[in-house]
Amino acid sequence: MDLELILMQLFSGVALGAILIMVALGLTIIFGMLGIVNFAHGALFMVGAYAGLYIAERTGSFWWALVLAPLLVGVFGMLIERFLIRPLYKRSIDDPLLLTFGLGYVLVEAVRIIFGTDGVPFSTPSALTGVVDLGVGYFPIYRLFVVGLVAVILIALWLGLEKTKFGLIVRAGARDPLIMRVLGVDISRLWLAVFGLGVALTALGGVLAAPMRNVNPEMGALVLAEAFVVTVIGGMGSLLGAVVAGLGIGIAVSMTALFAPEMATIVMFGLMALVLLVRPQGLFGRPVGA
Amino acid sequence: MTMRKDLFRSGVSRRTMLGGMAAGVGLLAAPALVRAQAETIRIGFPVPLTGPFGAEAKDQVKCAELAVQQVNAKGGIAGRKVELLVRDDKLNAGEAATRTLELIEKDKVHAIVGSLSSAVQLAVNEVTRARGVIYVSISQSDTINEVKDFSRYTFHEALNPHMTTAAVAEKTFKKGSKVAYLVADYAYGHEMLRGFKRAAAAIGAETVGEILHPIGASDYSTLMPRIRSMKPDILCICNFGRDQANAIKQATEFGLKQSMRIVVPVILYNQRLALGPDAFEGVVGGANYYWGLEKTVPSAKAFNDAYKATHGGAYPSDYGAYGYTGVASLLLAMAQAGGSDTDKVVAALENLKYDVAKGPQFYRKCDHQSVQSVLVLESKKKADMANDQDLFAIIADVPGSETMLRSCGELGFPT
Repeated sequence: MDLELILMQLFSGVALGAILIMVALGLTIIFGMLGIVNFAHGALFMVGAYAGLYIAERTGSFWWALVLAPLLVGVFGMLIERFLIRPLYKRSIDDPLLLTFGLGYVLVEAVRIIFGTDGVPFSTPSALTGVVDLGVGYFPIYRLFVVGLVAVILIALWLGLEKTKFGLIVRAGARDPLIMRVLGVDISRLWLAVFGLGVALTALGGVLAAPMRNVNPEMGALVLAEAFVVTVIGGMGSLLGAVVAGLGIGIAVSMTALFAPEMATIVMFGLMALVLLVRPQGLFGRPVGA
Repeated sequence: MTMRKDLFRSGVSRRTMLGGMAAGVGLLAAPALVRAQAETIRIGFPVPLTGPFGAEAKDQVKCAELAVQQVNAKGGIAGRKVELLVRDDKLNAGEAATRTLELIEKDKVHAIVGSLSSAVQLAVNEVTRARGVIYVSISQSDTINEVKDFSRYTFHEALNPHMTTAAVAEKTFKKGSKVAYLVADYAYGHEMLRGFKRAAAAIGAETVGEILHPIGASDYSTLMPRIRSMKPDILCICNFGRDQANAIKQATEFGLKQSMRIVVPVILYNQRLALGPDAFEGVVGGANYYWGLEKTVPSAKAFNDAYKATHGGAYPSDYGAYGYTGVASLLLAMAQAGGSDTDKVVAALENLKYDVAKGPQFYRKCDHQSVQSVLVLESKKKADMANDQDLFAIIADVPGSETMLRSCGELGFPT
């Protein structure tokens, strides 16, 4: 086993990790801030891919799709929060969970009716096709682009949450909504914005995945599983957790693929089981009751 | 509700209703024999409507329905109408066995056609074999031909991995070619791998590595560096449905095509449509059917025309064609047997020579494998496509012969 191959494999793992982080971001933000387990996450990811496809076809540009699809689907997410989820806040955690679970089915079925069941072609944008020599091996330019973009998004999110007043309010609102209300902060608007942001990130993940994975109505099902694995390992709601877990899983899967490729998918779930046994709140999660 | 309203509005009188009811009672009271004559022939059709092979399964249903409609339009079989009972087997062996059992016990079907995955079809076969019900399988499997899984009720209309890999390897492998394999880790993948390696050994091609991947994986990127490091001339991707689409898409993304040729045992029409021409460009694979066959095969032209007429000008897919040929061959045999009597239909199937969509075919005596031609197709690049449906070039049409199959003795049958 030569060093070049191992380095290349490591790099594939990091790139896969970046994709996993992107897939998990929306889920973990919505849970962290609103305490809602969004089971429509996978379906919204898929809707993002289809929205991107539609916009790319209309405008003839992948870049417009990359900007407009998350915005549109984000606004759609805000509508979901305002009219479907908001009435359920006072109820138990199960109700929004069931609602989003059902919503996922409705979205998948709607896309099936509009776009058909077979899946649709989505080519890599011409500026990003091809491979580049990394010195140790060739790697697709598009995947490098995704790694870079995910890094930019993570930095922007971190700055937004840690360094701005809006971020401060969001974090405080997640800790104690009642006190925030007493202080005169409109929590409803805040949650609307956060849910919209989470959904927009999910949709962006869908657009980014479209040139790499087959675009079809069921593409969200696997993504939902991946996103849950990442957020559970990282700690539900933890941004840092999603980053560490995403990269960790990417590398673990990649290294497993080198030695026992047929086990590559199982290793993800094995890691999750292990973390749940040893540290149920996840690597960076707040312990239950703290 | 609306139906009943319409019934009364259309002026059906109380008397006619009463008359109708009386006739109904009369029919119930008639001797069982008379009723059996008029009973519809029911064909159970379990396929994975949901899941990664859904696109293929849905086309199978459309094509099977077409075969049934055509027979019914001609007055049915011995005066009996034919009905297709479609069930979702969810690509799961247990679900398929349950649905099949239900079709046999509850719906009293006269035969089963269907099932798209090799593992699932073996489960269906277990059930039909135990119940003595005819099963026409329309998915690729090698084991179903072997003595262990065989029963006189089992017929295999699909190509089998041995046939497709032999034909594809013959047209793509050369003496000294270096071949790497990416294989889905289940029966279909394993059988395709075995077939390719057997063909490779005969041709003198060298195996440089094989990688197994879990079925239903969405990302193959972590396998690409290793495939490249094997430095093959040919990469055989032995998986199915969306797995095939994802694997080909990512192999193209990683630029593997620049240094190796991608070969698949079965090239799928629906997946090519779903992925577009760029990803599939230059990929070579086997097929039982491609609509382009209509230039040389009259029955293909008739099948295409009938399908296009009912489905808005679209062409049938390769796996769809299995739905058609599987049901059509069964119905031909039933017509010859004059009904649904299992023993007579089995005898008729064994002696059947049919050409319903893809040239002459017949079921071999010993293992009931349908002997038929194998197409080798190459996916066209966008510039070479005459229209949106012009996906493949037929690079070979290997005529059907028993020499393409493993011999009866090799399968374990007494010779």
